[in-house]
Amino acid sequence: MSGLPEHLTREHGLRLLREMLRIRQFEDRCAELYGAGHIRGFLHLCDGEEAIAVGTMQALGRGDAIVSTYREHGHALARGVAMGPLMAELYGKQAGCSGGRGGSMHIFDAATRFYGGNGIVGGGLPLAVGLALAETLQGRNAVAACFFGEGAAAEGEFHESLNLAALWRLPVLFLCENNLYAMGTALARSESQTDIHAKAAAYAVRAAVVDGMDVFAVEAAVRSAAEHARAGQGPSLLEFRTYRLRAHSMFDAQLYRDKAEVEEWRQRGPLTTLTTRLKAAGLMTEDDFQRLQHEADAEVQAAVQFAADAPWEPVEDLARHVYAEEVRS
Amino acid sequence: MSGTRITYREAVKQALREALHADPRVFLMGEDVGKYGGCFAVSKGLLDEFGEARIRDTPLSESAFVGAGIGAALGGLRPIVEVMTVNFSLLALDQIVNTAATLSHMSGGQFHVPVVIRMATGAGRQLAAQHSHSLEAWYAHVPGLRVVEPATIDDARGMLRAALASPDPVIIFEPISLYNMDGELTDAAAAVRLEGARVHRAGRDVTLVTYGASLWRCVTAADTLAADGIEAEIIDLRSLRPLDDATVLASVHRTRRVVIVDEGWRTGSLAAEVGLRIVEQGFYDLDAPVARVCAEEVPIPYPKHLEDAALPGPERIVATVRRLFSDVQ
Repeated sequence: MSGLPEHLTREHGLRLLREMLRIRQFEDRCAELYGAGHIRGFLHLCDGEEAIAVGTMQALGRGDAIVSTYREHGHALARGVAMGPLMAELYGKQAGCSGGRGGSMHIFDAATRFYGGNGIVGGGLPLAVGLALAETLQGRNAVAACFFGEGAAAEGEFHESLNLAALWRLPVLFLCENNLYAMGTALARSESQTDIHAKAAAYAVRAAVVDGMDVFAVEAAVRSAAEHARAGQGPSLLEFRTYRLRAHSMFDAQLYRDKAEVEEWRQRGPLTTLTTRLKAAGLMTEDDFQRLQHEADAEVQAAVQFAADAPWEPVEDLARHVYAEEVRS
Repeated sequence: MSGTRITYREAVKQALREALHADPRVFLMGEDVGKYGGCFAVSKGLLDEFGEARIRDTPLSESAFVGAGIGAALGGLRPIVEVMTVNFSLLALDQIVNTAATLSHMSGGQFHVPVVIRMATGAGRQLAAQHSHSLEAWYAHVPGLRVVEPATIDDARGMLRAALASPDPVIIFEPISLYNMDGELTDAAAAVRLEGARVHRAGRDVTLVTYGASLWRCVTAADTLAADGIEAEIIDLRSLRPLDDATVLASVHRTRRVVIVDEGWRTGSLAAEVGLRIVEQGFYDLDAPVARVCAEEVPIPYPKHLEDAALPGPERIVATVRRLFSDVQ
C-alpha cells in the first residue's frame, strides 16, 4: 500500500474513515439483528469492501446516477442514503427507503439518484447504460456509475453493456468489485481470463486495475474515470481488487476458502490500514478515533430505534405501486 | 385525414413520426431500425428525418438495449424500443420481467419505467419455429407490465400515443401477418384508449373473444356463420394486461355462448385465463360450455399447409361454434 496522498487534509482523512466506520458499524449491527430475527431474507454484508464504496462516492457528484448490486448497504450509506430509512428497509417497514418492499437487496433512493441494489447478477449494467444515454441525450454532464462483482463478468449483460457503452461513447463507470468469489465459486473456477480489466480491451473500453483496499487509490481512479467520461471520452472499467471478509450471505458455511486466506486479507482490511496510516501521519489521534466510533455508534442506535418504532404497512396496501398511482390527495 | 386507406405498417410509422415530433424525450432504438429501415420496414425514412441521436441502430444485444431503454426511461426519456420478434425478446426477458416490471413496486413508487417496447408477433409468413410464435401470454402473466396488441388500423395508429403517455412499461405486440393489411383510418387525431376491449362486430348468438391477427380470422368465420343464420359478436381484447372482464361478460350475458380464439398455444394460454374468468363470473349465463380455438401444440412449422393447420383458422372457428349449437340442441 502506498503512502498517503500528498495533499491529504486531516478533515478529508477523517471524513473517509468516518464513512467507512458508519458502514462497518451499521453492518455489524445488521448481523446481530439478523440473528435476532429482525432482518430476514438474504443479507449480504460488505465487510472488507468499504473503501470502494466510500472512495467512489467521494469522487462523484450529486447529479450522478448510481446502480448497485445486492451487496449495497455500503454504497447506499456512502452515497448519502439516510441510515434510519435504510435500516427500516431491512426491517421491511413502510418507513424504509424503498417503502419496505425491497429489503436488503433492493435499496432505492430517488433523492440521491440511487437506482437500486439488484438481485440479478449483471442486471444493473444495461440500466446504467440507459441512464448514461439519458444524461447524454438531455445534454447533462452527469455520469452513471455501476457496481458489479467479478462474477457478473461471466454474464452476457456485462459484454453487451460494455460494447454498447463504448460504441455510443456513453459516460458509464463500470466498477467491478473483484472479491475473488462469486458466492462460493473462486474466480479461476469460472473464468478463463481472471484479469477482469483485460476483458475491456475487447470493447475498446479504458480500463485499470485498482487496489480496492486503499480508499485513496479508489477515489483517485474513480475521479479520473469520471473526468474522462464527462469530457465525452466514453466509459471506463475499473477492477477493484478486494475481499469479502464475512460470508457471502447469512447462509454460507464458507467451505470454499481457507481461514488463513481470510486472515491474510483481514490484515489488509481498509478500516485497519486507514486508521493506522492516519495515526502514523499525525492526522488523527486516538481520541479522534474514539469520537468517530461513538458518533457512528450513536447513529446506528438511532437508526435501529427508528426502524423498530416504525409501523408495519397495512396489508390493504399490498398492491400499491405495482403500477404508477394517480397523485393522491 | 379522415377516411384515408393505409396499411397497418403505415399506421405504425405515422404513430412513430407523430410521437417523435410531439416530444423531444421520445427516441427509437433497436436492431436495424435506422439504416435498414426496420426489419418490417416500419421505420423506413425515420433516420433521415430525425437523425442518428433519435433513431438508434443497436447491436444484436437484446438484453443490453432493452435494459438501456429501461435505464433511459428512469433517466427522464421516453424510449421506444423495437425488438424484431417476440422470439428474440426472450433474450431480454430478464430486463423486462426482473427490472421493468418490478421497479415501481420494489422502490415503493419512487421510480417508474415509462418505456414502450414494440415487438412483432405471430405466424403467417412461413418463418418457422423461431420467428412465428405468439408468447403474449407470458408477458400478460406479469404484474407491473401493460400489454397491448393493436389489431386494427385505428389501434395501430393510436395506441402508441396512449402507451407513451403511460408512466408504466408498455409492451406493444404487432402481428407480423397484419403489416401489409390495409384499411380505413377513421381519424388520425382521435384519442385511443390503452385499456379496454372493444366490440368489433355486434351479434346476438355467440361471442367470439380474440386479439391480434385472430380478429380477422374471426371476421371471416362470422361471415360464414351469418350465412347459416348464426350472428356472432366479436370482441377484440386490445389490452391483454389488464384484461377487460366487463366487456366480455356483458357480451356473454347477451349471447350465452362463447368461443375464445387465441394464436397462442392452448396450454397456459390467454384463452385459458379469459375462459376461466367467464366461468368464475358468468357461469350461470352460459347455455353451452366455454370453448376455445388455439394454436396446435407444435412449434410453428415452415410449409404453408402445415403452418395454416397449426393456426386457429376460420374453418376451425366455424366448426367449434356449430358444435356449441348442435351439442345443446
